[in-house]
Amino acid sequence: MKQGYFDIAENIKLTKNIFRMKLTGDTSAFTAPGQFLNIKLDGLYLRRPISLCDLNGKEMTVIYKTVGKGTEKMSFMPAGERLDILTGLGNGYDLEKAGDRPLLIGGGVGVPPLYLLARRLKEQSRNVTVILGFNTADEIFYEDEFKRLGCNVQVTTADGSYGVKGFVTDAMPGEYSYIYTCGPEPMLKAVYRASKTSGQFSFEERMGCGFGACMGCSCKTVTGYKRICKDGPVLEKEEILWED
Amino acid sequence: MGRLTTHLCGIELDNPVIPASGTFGYGYEFAQLYDINMLGTFSFKGTTKDARFGNPTPRIAETPSGMINSVGLQNPGVEKVISEELPKLKKCFNKPVMANVSGFSIEDYAYTCERLDKEEQVGWLEVNISCPNVHGGGMAFGTSASAAAEVVHAVKKVTTKPVIIKLSPNVTDIAEIAKACEEAGADGISLINTILSMEIDIARRRPVLKNNMGGLSGSAVFPIALRMVYQVAHAVKVPVIGMGGVSSAEDVIKMILAGACAVEVGAANLVDPYACKKIIEDLPCVMDKYNIDNLKDIIGGAKPWEET
Repeated sequence: MKQGYFDIAENIKLTKNIFRMKLTGDTSAFTAPGQFLNIKLDGLYLRRPISLCDLNGKEMTVIYKTVGKGTEKMSFMPAGERLDILTGLGNGYDLEKAGDRPLLIGGGVGVPPLYLLARRLKEQSRNVTVILGFNTADEIFYEDEFKRLGCNVQVTTADGSYGVKGFVTDAMPGEYSYIYTCGPEPMLKAVYRASKTSGQFSFEERMGCGFGACMGCSCKTVTGYKRICKDGPVLEKEEILWED
Repeated sequence: MGRLTTHLCGIELDNPVIPASGTFGYGYEFAQLYDINMLGTFSFKGTTKDARFGNPTPRIAETPSGMINSVGLQNPGVEKVISEELPKLKKCFNKPVMANVSGFSIEDYAYTCERLDKEEQVGWLEVNISCPNVHGGGMAFGTSASAAAEVVHAVKKVTTKPVIIKLSPNVTDIAEIAKACEEAGADGISLINTILSMEIDIARRRPVLKNNMGGLSGSAVFPIALRMVYQVAHAVKVPVIGMGGVSSAEDVIKMILAGACAVEVGAANLVDPYACKKIIEDLPCVMDKYNIDNLKDIIGGAKPWEET
């Protein structure tokens, strides 16, 4: 983990409530795709945790959805503004487990962390399939970006307005070597049930600090209590314990 | 002795700044960022007799200038703290540490305190009496002078190190509880714990916290904490540690002027992991600004206006 100041290089709207922000500064604390950053915003007490979407030298990209006061505020920030950010948080995905035909499944705002993962897997010349799930056609983002990496991309929409009608599990191929996924909990649960291989699942929880100090985001797993922010957000399929 | 040196129940502190329990884990997350030996000491994660997961999530909610938590004392239990956490702590912290203890019965408190009292690195026991008494209808020990005194008696009987009682602010007369603890043999008082509070999600028409209610901390509580520290410091003779929303060197000085001899910093660590380091580094500069040579000279130095 590192604390640093970052300058906003770009902050644009991708869909009606999804934005992309590019930030420049010292990104050296990141070690794996699937990690996150924690942003301090004036006037709000706690930082806002957002997953890392892409990394190019000193520039990092985040994609966020406006869901509350913090992300609303972020969406109005102009380029040039400076932010206090904690970087290199969480464990991230392990690329070594991918095998030759990894399957990446993202739902909604769970899609962004899979982008850097897909890029890294393609750099290792693996045959990457990506399933992106959205509710409707106007919510879709990053389909072309994943295609440009050379991934096989399938898009699903719940209302059938684009791609495969249904959920991400309706587009899962018969064969794959490993699963990496991130999305809302009901989607993670469905993927867990439908998956035939081992995999890594990225979870979300309300956090206090984001770096393992407050125990606010703990969850129970097969291997004991884990802090989503520090021991996660990525959990192994075999250690997940679904509550209720 | 430096300008920042203070004493806490007979042990010298290089400075009065102490990260509060529950906001600093067992120190390692912060030891990776800076040398935590620069702290006065720190109060480690609240420890209970048995391991606890705590309350269901979500157990953190943001509020104006603060946060509410209902973590519920997640910890590995006293045996694991002794066998796993303390040996690890020894490698990154070479000062006496404050052992924070919670319990749900008088016997729990006595057992856990007795075990931790024997640990060499433990300098003080800080006893959190804000927990519900399972044998007393669930009412918190800290909300009754007699129940609080009972905890102090039981802990003092089985320990040798200074016992600091951490008070709950959720009472009508906090000075009365502090006095009862002092009379029962407490070596020091720390306050305040978090303030019982709530946040509601309008869209879902539900409390944000799964536990419905939780404890408020952060800058929002500072004026309440300052008032209570002032009241308690004027009611007891034992050392008082002030805490509650402290986030700057100025806040530390206000707490000391109110009567605290040391100051704990809680929620600020969660927002800025360097908060305590910055406060310690800022203190000399702020002291110069207000012509304060030595922190010890200003303990309880806020002179009240004459009552009219």
